[in-house]
Amino acid sequence: MSGASNLVAMKKIVQQLRFEASINRVKVSQAAADLQQFCMQNALQDPLLTGVSSSTNPFRPQKVCSFL
Amino acid sequence: MGELDVLKKEAETLKTQIETARKAVNDTTMEAASSGVAPAPRIQPKARRTLKGHTAKIYALYWALDNKLMVSGSQDGKLLVWDTHAGILANCVPLKSAWVMTVSFSPSAGLVASGGLDNMCTIVNISGEKPKTMRELDGHDGYVACSRFLSETSILTASGDQTCGLWDLETGKQKQSFLNHVGDCMCVALAEDQNTFISGACDSQAKLWDIRDGQCKQSFIGHTGDINAISYMPNGQAFITGSDDCTLRMFDMRADQEVMCYQNAQPTAGVTSLSLSLSGRLLFAGYDDFNCNIWDSLKGEKIGVLSGHDNRVSCTGIPSDGMCVSTGSWDSFLKIWN
Repeated sequence: MSGASNLVAMKKIVQQLRFEASINRVKVSQAAADLQQFCMQNALQDPLLTGVSSSTNPFRPQKVCSFL
Repeated sequence: MGELDVLKKEAETLKTQIETARKAVNDTTMEAASSGVAPAPRIQPKARRTLKGHTAKIYALYWALDNKLMVSGSQDGKLLVWDTHAGILANCVPLKSAWVMTVSFSPSAGLVASGGLDNMCTIVNISGEKPKTMRELDGHDGYVACSRFLSETSILTASGDQTCGLWDLETGKQKQSFLNHVGDCMCVALAEDQNTFISGACDSQAKLWDIRDGQCKQSFIGHTGDINAISYMPNGQAFITGSDDCTLRMFDMRADQEVMCYQNAQPTAGVTSLSLSLSGRLLFAGYDDFNCNIWDSLKGEKIGVLSGHDNRVSCTGIPSDGMCVSTGSWDSFLKIWN
């Protein structure tokens, strides 16, 4: 019995590996360039990166909210 | 050779084939490719809000799409919904099981989901006068470590039974199960088009899945410990994971491999949680050593720290407008920083 289920399990593993092996891969240099471009293009719209001015900061003034 | 031996040999051949194909496109590292990029500014966000209300360790938090409401879950057996702008408690949902590991909002924020050691994902409607339990999704054989809504009627779960599940909230039944991890599934993140998602597990692997047919499309190796947190880079082509092995790693899905490792000089604390800023440049990571480190995701350099918690940072989150980062801790407090 266990022999048969080992076979079934192994067939699934091989099937999965065949699938994963078959994909096309892009060069890391290309992936890196695309990622850098994305980060640069969106940098000015990233409030944590640019900083948030007091006038537009929804979290000013500072508050401690306590419900104890 | 018996059939089993033939298959084993083919498996080894395929694994070698995959490694060779990955090496063939590994023509540089992310770090080397980013050497010409100007360093990110050294930012020092301040704690703008401290939210006190839980009486035990906080395990999870989640921002609503309105960028104002945030829900937190604690082992004090409560979900607390905070109006973070006004600085007031908006709602309190008592849980049947105190052992909560995950919380999330539906897109409208009318529903909250929680899951944990009760092996269930519980859906509560909080849009009415009183919170009302709508569904108890029963079907996993292990704890529910993470849950994410696709819509008001569909939710994805990650479980300690080594599977992920897609559930129909109208029927309460599982529509699809995702089987391939050989360790507890700890975290998931949905692609923007919701056709695929990524998962991280205690088998140290991250996997990319097709939501509709349950097919595991890619497996990513590199970590040497449980993967506790996972998040897509905003360009949708890469993702970052955080692990008990004290590192975070970036994997690119088109290159099918790890492209960056974020590691402290003295790596002693596991990573519990992570969040990415809107452009993807800033990586906020919560650690067991009570800190939240800020990393430059492109250059792999540590550029800041959020310190202020008196115990492990268990969860982090950035709302969809990117205006702040929130941290939740075993010290029972939540903080909001910018």
